[in-house]
Amino acid sequence: MVDVLVTNGPWLIAFAAAFGFLMAWGIGANDVANAMGTSVGSNAITIKQAIVIAMIFEFAGAYLAGGEVTSTIRKGIIDSSYFVDVPELLVYGMIGSLLAAGIWLVVASALGWPVSTTHSIIGAIIGFAAVGVGTDAVAWGKVAGIVGSWIVTPAISGFIAFLLFQSVQKLIFDTDNPLANAKRYVPFYMALAGFIMSLVTITKGLKHVGVKFDTHEAYILSLAIAAIVGVIGKVIIGRLKMSESADKTTHFGNVERVFAVLMVVTACCMAFAHGSNDVANAIGPLAAVVSVVQHGGEITKKAELVWWILPLGAVGIVMGLAIFGKRVMQTIGKNITHLTPSRGFAAELAAATTVVIASGTGLPISTTQTLVGAVLGVGMARGIAAINLGVVRNIVVSWVVTLPAGAALSILFFYIIKGIMS
Amino acid sequence: MPVNSILGVFAKSPIKPLQEHIDKVHECASILVPFFEATVKQDWDEAVALRKQIRKAEQQADIQKREIRLQLPGGLFMPVERTDLLELVTQQDKIANKAKDISGRVIGRNMVIPSELQELFFAYLNRCLDAVYMAKEAVNELDDLLETGFRGRELDLVEKMIHKLDNIEADTDDIQIQLRRQLFALESELNPVDVMFLYKIIEWVGDLADLAERAGSRLELMLARV
Repeated sequence: MVDVLVTNGPWLIAFAAAFGFLMAWGIGANDVANAMGTSVGSNAITIKQAIVIAMIFEFAGAYLAGGEVTSTIRKGIIDSSYFVDVPELLVYGMIGSLLAAGIWLVVASALGWPVSTTHSIIGAIIGFAAVGVGTDAVAWGKVAGIVGSWIVTPAISGFIAFLLFQSVQKLIFDTDNPLANAKRYVPFYMALAGFIMSLVTITKGLKHVGVKFDTHEAYILSLAIAAIVGVIGKVIIGRLKMSESADKTTHFGNVERVFAVLMVVTACCMAFAHGSNDVANAIGPLAAVVSVVQHGGEITKKAELVWWILPLGAVGIVMGLAIFGKRVMQTIGKNITHLTPSRGFAAELAAATTVVIASGTGLPISTTQTLVGAVLGVGMARGIAAINLGVVRNIVVSWVVTLPAGAALSILFFYIIKGIMS
Repeated sequence: MPVNSILGVFAKSPIKPLQEHIDKVHECASILVPFFEATVKQDWDEAVALRKQIRKAEQQADIQKREIRLQLPGGLFMPVERTDLLELVTQQDKIANKAKDISGRVIGRNMVIPSELQELFFAYLNRCLDAVYMAKEAVNELDDLLETGFRGRELDLVEKMIHKLDNIEADTDDIQIQLRRQLFALESELNPVDVMFLYKIIEWVGDLADLAERAGSRLELMLARV
C-alpha cells in the first residue's frame, strides 16, 4: 500500500499544498475581522492602515513564530502509532481535513457565522481519525487538553484584560490630570506590547531562520526592543496636537487620542499573535502529509518543517486578508462600534498576550476565543457600556457546531479520496 | 455581507440616548418660562403657540423614552443595573409630562398669575428649573463615569451634583411656602375656584423640582450598586 505514496507522492503533496493554501486563505479572510476589527471599529486606524498592518504582521507572525503550534496539530491530536501500517490513510485524512476545514470556513464566512479556524481543523482531524481509522486512533487525552484550553484561555485573557483596564483606570482616568498621566504611562503599555511580541519571536520563532539566542540574551534583546518601542511611542505622543477646548465634553477625548496611538501598536501585536497561532491550522496537516510522503510512508517521530511550508501558509493568510479583508473591514468601519481606544487596547493586548503565551505551550488555541474573553474582561472592569450576551452566546454556539461540521465534512472527503486512490 | 466578527458583541450604549432624553426633557420644561411670561402679558396666542412647543418636546421625549426601552433587550451585560436605567428614564420622562400638564391647565382656564405674586412666582419657577438643569448635568456626567469605570473622582463629582440638586429642591420648598403665604393673604380678593387652581399650579411647578430630585436619587442608587 505504501507504493501508493511513492507513485502518487508529488500529486498528494500538490493537493495538500493547494488545500493548505485554501485553508490559509480562509483563515486570512475569516479571522481578519476579529483580529483587526477592534482597531478599525474604535477609529484608531483607518481601513487601509489596518490592511497594511495585518499583511506585514500576520506574515511576520506566521513566518517567524508559527512553527511551534504546528507540531501539536500534526502529531498531537492523532495517535500516530495506529498509522504506522497504513500511512496512506493519514495522508488521505489530512488532505481531507484541510479541504473540509477550508470549505467550512468559506461557507461560514459567506453566511456570516463567526467560526473559529482552530475548531474547524481540529474537528476535521478528529473526525477522519475516529471514523476512518478507529476511535482509538485519536489521542483523546490530548484532545481533552485542547478542549480544556478553549475554556481556560478565554478566562486567562479576560483576567489579563480586566487587570490591564483596571490599571488604566487607576493610573490615568481616575486622576486629577488624565491627559498628563496618559502621556506619561501610555509609552509603558507600548513597551509592554513590544516586549511580549519580541520575546515570543526571539524564543520561539527564529530557530528555523537559523538564529539562536539563549534565554538570557532573549530577555535582554526583548527589553531593548521594548524600550525602543516605548521611546518611539513617547515621541509620537509628544507630537500629538491636542484640541485645546478643555471643556467637559472633551474631557477624556484627548486621552483617547493618546490611546489611539497605543492601539496601533496593539493592532500590530494582535495581527502578529494571530498569524503565529493560526497559520498552524493550515500548515500542520500539510506538514504531516509532506513528511509522510517524503519518508516513503514512514511516520517519523521528529520531522523538521520543510522550508516552503511556512511561507506558503503565511502568503495564503495574507492573500485572504488582502482579497477578502477589505470588504470585511469596510463593513466594520460602517458599523460604528461603541468602543473607545482605551478599551480596545486592553482587549487586544490581553488577547495577543494570551495567544503568544499559549502558543509557547504548543496548544492550538482559538484567537477569536481569547478576544471574546478579553472583551468580557474589559466589561467586567465596567469599561464597556453594553455587551450583547445574546451575540456572545451565538458565537459560542457556532464554535460548538463547527466541531461536528468539520468532522462530518472531513469524513466525507476522507472516503472520497480513499475511493479514488484505491 | 454579514461580518462574522466579535464586533456584534458591542451593543449600542444606552447612556448617550439617556443623556439626549434628559436634554430634551430640560428643553421642554424650560419653555415654561416664556410661556408664563406670555400669560402674564395676556398674550394668549403666544401662550398657545408655546404650549404647542411644550407638547411637541414632550412627545419627542416620549419617543426617545420608548427607544431607550426597546434598546435594552434582556441579554445585555452593562456596568449598571438594567432596571435602574429604565427607572431613571421613567423618572426623567415624568418631568416633561409635568411641564405639559402645567401648561395645559393654565391654557385651559386662561389663568393669570396675580400681579402681587408674579415676582416671587418667576423666582420660584426658575429655581425649580435649576433643579431640572442640575439633574441634566448629573446625567450628562454618565459617559465620563463610564470612562473611569464608575469610581473615584468622577463619582465624587456626581455625588456633589446630586447633593446640590437636593439643596436646590429644599430652596424651592422654602419659596413655595412663601408663595402660598402670599396667595393666602390675597385669597379674599380672588375668585375661589381660581385660587384652588393657583394652589394646584404652585404645587405642580414644585413637582418639577421634586421629580428632578427623584431622578437624581435614581441616579445615585444606580451608582451606589455599581
